[in-house]
Amino acid sequence: MPRKTVCELRDVTFVYPGGAAGGSGCASPALRNVTLSIYEGEWVALLGSNGSGKSTLAKHLNALLVPSQGDCLVYGLSTRDEKNVFPIRSTVAMVFQNPENQIVGTVVEEDAAFGPENQGVPPDEIVQRVEVALAVAGLLEKRKKPTYTLSGGEKQRLAVAGALAMDTPCLVLDEPTAMLDPAGRAELLRVLRNLHASGKTIVSITHRLEEILSCDRAIILHRGEIAWEGTVSALFLSDLPFKEWGLDIPPLVSFWRDLRAEGRSVPPVPTVAAMADALCQ
Amino acid sequence: MSIIVSGLGHTYHPGTPLETHALRDISFKFPAGTWFSVVGHTGSGKSTLAQHLNGILLPMEGEIFIDGLEVKEKSPSLRDIRRKVGLVFQYPEQQLFAETVSDELAFAPRNWGVPEQDIPGRVAAAAAQVGLDEGCLGRSPFHLSGGEKRKAAIASVLSSLPDYLVLDEPTAGLDSFSRKELTRLLSGLRKEGMGILLVTHDLDIALQMSDRILVLDGGRRTVCDTPAAVLDHLRSHPVPGLQLPEIAALSAALRERGKDVPLTWDWKEIKSALFGSQK
Repeated sequence: MPRKTVCELRDVTFVYPGGAAGGSGCASPALRNVTLSIYEGEWVALLGSNGSGKSTLAKHLNALLVPSQGDCLVYGLSTRDEKNVFPIRSTVAMVFQNPENQIVGTVVEEDAAFGPENQGVPPDEIVQRVEVALAVAGLLEKRKKPTYTLSGGEKQRLAVAGALAMDTPCLVLDEPTAMLDPAGRAELLRVLRNLHASGKTIVSITHRLEEILSCDRAIILHRGEIAWEGTVSALFLSDLPFKEWGLDIPPLVSFWRDLRAEGRSVPPVPTVAAMADALCQ
Repeated sequence: MSIIVSGLGHTYHPGTPLETHALRDISFKFPAGTWFSVVGHTGSGKSTLAQHLNGILLPMEGEIFIDGLEVKEKSPSLRDIRRKVGLVFQYPEQQLFAETVSDELAFAPRNWGVPEQDIPGRVAAAAAQVGLDEGCLGRSPFHLSGGEKRKAAIASVLSSLPDYLVLDEPTAGLDSFSRKELTRLLSGLRKEGMGILLVTHDLDIALQMSDRILVLDGGRRTVCDTPAAVLDHLRSHPVPGLQLPEIAALSAALRERGKDVPLTWDWKEIKSALFGSQK
């Protein structure tokens, strides 16, 4: 059965007004001839170094940016058309890098309710949605707290809860774990795994290869172009110029690759538990 | 020469419903020219501790001495202390404000009253220390890339010639390349004699780089020791919210199953213990 396409980029090139994309200072495009599709229910990891264009690409997926050339379609609707913007943003919710810039409410539950309020969701349903979203994000106990009392990690989870409360089929997260400690990171990844299992389409941006073990597909951006695309296991097995792309092979994956290259038995996916089992055989 | 913290305690919003004990009875010694890391989960008190070291926050309980100068209210030494201890905040690029990178780097030394003819030298030296291209100096700091902004923000602290550099999560949000570059930069500064105090939740970096590590949990000191000893302690006394790096967790799991491998954060050590050192 053909999978339904959620977002589609057709030969998209994007140049920031004034030309300076990031720090390069020259008028080079932030995205160059990017063509890709995101399918319903899949979890795609968008990888690349700082300045590779991954945030720029993410902003195309809910019409925050429109292509300089080419087209971006969300469920077939062009992001270029002003009248499509509202339906598109009710389809694709965004979580940005810095939660400090996303919190608008003074109280946790008010902040999480901001999105559905703007969507015109009936009050009773907002209350329900907010409760579910805060529970998923592990913030239910803090629902009555002022947002300024949250720690950085909690603020980030609140930003995720705000996006979840919008109940969109697709969630785009721009480095959602950047400010979290390892436990907070693991917690957020667990939330995403559950959402993925429940059928949500997820695009998560990261430069940490260890965070993509549960993803279906990985897309690597380098200097605004798609440098590689494939399954996550293919990515770990491949001999790609990770360094050149600003990606770091996690130590555990290096160990796994090294053992594999020597013909020793290794688990299909390099997790701590699976590696321990394999090494104890 | 060292930073000595004894019995430090700090409470936010004392006497209100929001009262939070951010730090309780923290003591440690951080000798000049060494690398000292403070690790802990989100909300463990790491940033609160960092802000005490140059007097942004003043001790409510306990004492802090910076090379013998006490950090306390109305201390005549506060100015000296703030020159000696450079503090790089989390997301320091959010504090960039000047029109050019060069002005940004010149701001602190001008405030300290450094003679104007010495300023360009200070600026150039600080830019060189962090590896900022000279071409960047005339540009607006807001047009730099994320990694470059971070460097500019650190350089703007280095231009005051601090003896100690305190950095609050300096690698947050950087890609692996920039992260390694920054770690290299800090280790270079340490070699030149600067004391580096790194606040981080990245236990991996702390284990690899530090002379000593202080582990905080809920504002209390869990352990303060060498990396190897801290790793050993964390394995037997896990701190909630602080995970062992994957390789350390793997080595611990193998040891529990009776394998003769060292407790380590380096996979090559596990490999040579299991299979002998080929290669």
